[in-house]
Amino acid sequence: MNIDAIRNGIVIDHIKAGRAMDIYKFLRLDELDCSIAIIKNASSEKMGKKDIIKIDTVLDMDLDALGYIDPNISVNIIKDGKLIEKRHVELPATLKNVIKCENPRCITSCEQEIPHIFKLTNREKGVYRCIYCESAPKQKSE
Amino acid sequence: MFELKSLIDITDLTPEEIDELIATAEDIIENPDKYREKCKYKKLATLFFEPSTRTRLSFEAAMLELGGSVIGFSESNSSSASKGESVSDTVKVVSCYADIIAMRHPKEGAPMIASMRSDVPVINAGDGGHNHPTQTLADLLTIKREKGHFDNLTIGFCGDLKFGRTVHSLINAMVRYKNVKFVFISPQELKIPDYIKTEVLDANSIQYCETSSLEHYMSELDILYMTRVQRERFFNEADYVRLKDSYVLTNEKLQSAKEDMCVLHPLPRVNEISVDVDDNPRACYFKQVKNGKYIREALILKMLGIE
Ligand SMILES: [Zn+2]
Repeated sequence: MNIDAIRNGIVIDHIKAGRAMDIYKFLRLDELDCSIAIIKNASSEKMGKKDIIKIDTVLDMDLDALGYIDPNISVNIIKDGKLIEKRHVELPATLKNVIKCENPRCITSCEQEIPHIFKLTNREKGVYRCIYCESAPKQKSE
Repeated sequence: MFELKSLIDITDLTPEEIDELIATAEDIIENPDKYREKCKYKKLATLFFEPSTRTRLSFEAAMLELGGSVIGFSESNSSSASKGESVSDTVKVVSCYADIIAMRHPKEGAPMIASMRSDVPVINAGDGGHNHPTQTLADLLTIKREKGHFDNLTIGFCGDLKFGRTVHSLINAMVRYKNVKFVFISPQELKIPDYIKTEVLDANSIQYCETSSLEHYMSELDILYMTRVQRERFFNEADYVRLKDSYVLTNEKLQSAKEDMCVLHPLPRVNEISVDVDDNPRACYFKQVKNGKYIREALILKMLGIE
């Protein structure tokens, strides 16, 4: 695979340097058969250093949840070798089974097989709350 | 007539729906005979995974007054839950028998799971330290009957404002009315949480102040909502002993209060309202218990779609 040229696929750009593997795991890219390039510490005018992931296949997955991991990420959709769409991920309105509720008093701590669902309650501050107990997870550490 | 499949949080109800419930409750108080057979052949299941005799009796009395019947259990070790059955399965099964469910559970969010799985309406009768919407409805009916309106009231909350779910729910309900002000009276350790200040009070541009003195703003209050200060909330016994008596309401402390100020308390009380206050005309906490039954009657009727 030529790292620079993808025919049909996506480029996840502007990943905070060092976080590419987190995204890789989060999107379960290890389960894909296509070629994937992880570029670490690429130089960036805006960020100094950044990580990039290039995926050489047309993906049908919900990329919005990426906004929760890192809202600065941009997603480029490549078709026939051309950039057809550049998307900035936003904080998703709901997160389903992305994070787990850590409140020991929450019903999710003892009832099996309940989806862990969080709703965005404050977009400015990026606060999510569990739909069952309304507790907010501790803010992610950088 | 409103559509409400379940009541989990007081804000599931719009102010208009609350008005409708209050109007029905007041009609029940005026004309009890009209309602005696409204729920004939209907069954309420009270699923109490932790004991709360007071709340359970209120629900059961409400259903019986409407001519309905009651089934259920009142502690989880006598139920299928002790055999490891999930809340989801218990509710699926019970909704085959009952027309409506009132559920109490020690875990936060359990009634919400129940409402997602149940084929019949589910009422949250308290989920851990989280929500207790029918208590808030009882508070609101009492305020309406005593004051006649919800706008332009100054409400003092006293005691445990950090963990007190009834306090948080009533704040959530009251911020929707015009020109409501709050006075938060508590020790430093039990102050109202920051997220309520930012996400509820500031978000609705509500005026409020905090104080550690029960007497200081007494003369300005229209409502004084007392709560229990529990020993287990303190790190050490000395702090508890030092603080507990500062938040005990007595007739002496009420001297500067308005004549028509109302004292509310979700009950049970320990010692935070001195027994001599019971005969003070401002004491409304036993009326609140009665109102709790009437508003639950109104709620059951509405949720069953009975006019
Ligand atoms: Zn939770």
